[in-house]
Amino acid sequence: MSEILDAPATDTAMVRVSALTKSYGGGASWLSRLGKGGPSTLKALDGVDLDLRPGEILALVGESGSGKSTLAKILVGSTTPTSGDVSYRGASAPSHRDRETSRRVQMVFQDPYSSLNPRLTVGRMLAELLLLHRIVPRREVRAESIRLLNLVGLEEEVLGAYPSQFSGGQRQRLAIARAIAVRPDVLIADEPVSALDVSVQATILELFTSLRAELGLSILFIAHNLAVVQHLSDRVAVMYLGRIVEVADTREIFARPRHPYTRALIDSIPRMREASVNDAFELDGEPPSPYHVPAGCRFHPRCALAGDACRATDPPLLQVGPAHLSACLKADELAAIPLPDPAQELP
Amino acid sequence: MSVEGGSAPLSVQDLTIGLRRPGGRSVAIVEDVSFDVDPGQRLGIVGESGSGKSLTLRAVAGLLPRGVEVLSGRVEFGGRDLLTMPAKDRRALMGPEIAMIFQEPMTALNPVMRVGDQIAEGPRRHLGLSAKEARELAVSMMARTGIPDPARRAKAYPHELSGGLRQRIMIAMAVSCGPRLLLCDEPTTALDVTVQLQVLKLLEKLCDDTGASLVFVTHDLAVVNQTCSELAVMYAGHIVEAGGVKDTFRQPRHPYTRALLESAPDFDHPERELIPIPGFAPNVADRPSGCPFAPRCGYVRDHCTEAVPPLEEVIPGRLAACFESDRLVEVLA
Repeated sequence: MSEILDAPATDTAMVRVSALTKSYGGGASWLSRLGKGGPSTLKALDGVDLDLRPGEILALVGESGSGKSTLAKILVGSTTPTSGDVSYRGASAPSHRDRETSRRVQMVFQDPYSSLNPRLTVGRMLAELLLLHRIVPRREVRAESIRLLNLVGLEEEVLGAYPSQFSGGQRQRLAIARAIAVRPDVLIADEPVSALDVSVQATILELFTSLRAELGLSILFIAHNLAVVQHLSDRVAVMYLGRIVEVADTREIFARPRHPYTRALIDSIPRMREASVNDAFELDGEPPSPYHVPAGCRFHPRCALAGDACRATDPPLLQVGPAHLSACLKADELAAIPLPDPAQELP
Repeated sequence: MSVEGGSAPLSVQDLTIGLRRPGGRSVAIVEDVSFDVDPGQRLGIVGESGSGKSLTLRAVAGLLPRGVEVLSGRVEFGGRDLLTMPAKDRRALMGPEIAMIFQEPMTALNPVMRVGDQIAEGPRRHLGLSAKEARELAVSMMARTGIPDPARRAKAYPHELSGGLRQRIMIAMAVSCGPRLLLCDEPTTALDVTVQLQVLKLLEKLCDDTGASLVFVTHDLAVVNQTCSELAVMYAGHIVEAGGVKDTFRQPRHPYTRALLESAPDFDHPERELIPIPGFAPNVADRPSGCPFAPRCGYVRDHCTEAVPPLEEVIPGRLAACFESDRLVEVLA
């Protein structure tokens, strides 16, 4: 894990999390002692180290239950970590956020139908935020609201409208306008396009790219659709059972995955043209419960390459190439197994 | 999928689904939809939300939401019209002949009944098995859908199982009586990508093993390519293009199909720019005159807004409802 600290450009990390853990359920309650016993602590995050660099779009991928959303919640301060540290621009964030730290990190949620207050007009929603965080003086609130709406591709007329009058894509634009209203440095987007139709998805992805360029936002983009991730992000971090198991630039990670789990994810992507890929890395079953994290490498029970060492050693996240980290003892062995060339599989 | 004849397990003809308003006026949500599914064929129906793809599937299953009804058309299964047969006969077909798999298994399963008993219910009623035989069949169906430790899992309640396992339970339930037609409504949308692949392969294998036909409704173009051989694209309640999946994806002949393909990220072509489709789908109660896609179409000409283009064969094995189809000859990268 020290390798992360040695890597260049980390001094300027916008957000850095180190050795972050989050457990739910202490197991010390009298009820659990009355019960059948057994482990009752759920380790949602089990030692996460990650940097979000200024102006980058970092994608966080992994199966449900891997801890992606828990990490997002900790970053925006809606839950506190059990241990470990979150720092913004080098300064450690207090576990209970002050208004200034809250302002810096904003969130966009998956479901634009439930994340907007149905009883506030767009104008009221934005005005409330702008005044609460003292972004602009009261007389400039309207002009600032219009500027925000234009930034996300909406017009002035919508100021008096209620969320129910908008389509899913437009609602997601409103949610993004609300998030950027307080001029954050960091945007956490938790599956922001997965509830939208494909034709609308493209416009929202485009919006994220343009906001990054215009406002210099750093974006943590949580997604399960790897085709979307590949299209949008600069870097990708892969989570498995509460740990980051691989981090690399987008092009690099999809061309040369160095963790078997990443490889399995890539091989599972439904393809638009070609037939399915080879079965060597197809995963059986589902991720083990975070109540019972396997000993050794947490991925070994589902891993095609697992050996004795994997059952004994919990591999740390180590540098395996330039700007490429992987938590796998067999990372080199995996690199020697080429990805199937989909073009050759055409009938 | 344009094959004529009574051999097709499913033949949908001029199906119109809508709301009947008081005073005799009715609003059509799905209009004049026709397609056939041959034995063993796998048809994917794609379209955006509101295109009518799920309603079409639900009309076949006889599960339309309250207030929505079939206004005209025929849904023939093995040569008999499901819509005019007595309700009792139709119910008797559901399960042993036609089975449906829903998107969210948590809401489709009975939360207070053990999953093994839920699977056994159909075989007991329709195949006349004893309770013990049905339970054994349930466990073997669960094993076939790849559920580890099926005998123990059969005693579980739905909430004790993960999403992927619940979806397998629903598949086991659907195929337990050996249906000839499987209807799937976004069966993998709620699942992780690794589990999605397992479920898609399972459906494919079950269809191959039993010779069942599949109608698969989804918004995910890549999932259709992995699962189906035939494709129908729906827009604003109409089928606008139909043909083989691979062919159609390579060379779409309707501007909407083309626009859909160009708006979706393709993992194998990451450098390709995504092109959003401008505007919105029309409100079904207030359809524009002429082609419903005309207001958003890049190929639009004057005559497009004057008449609705019929769904016609444009090249062998391909139907498209577009006056300008001949101008779409470009092969997509």
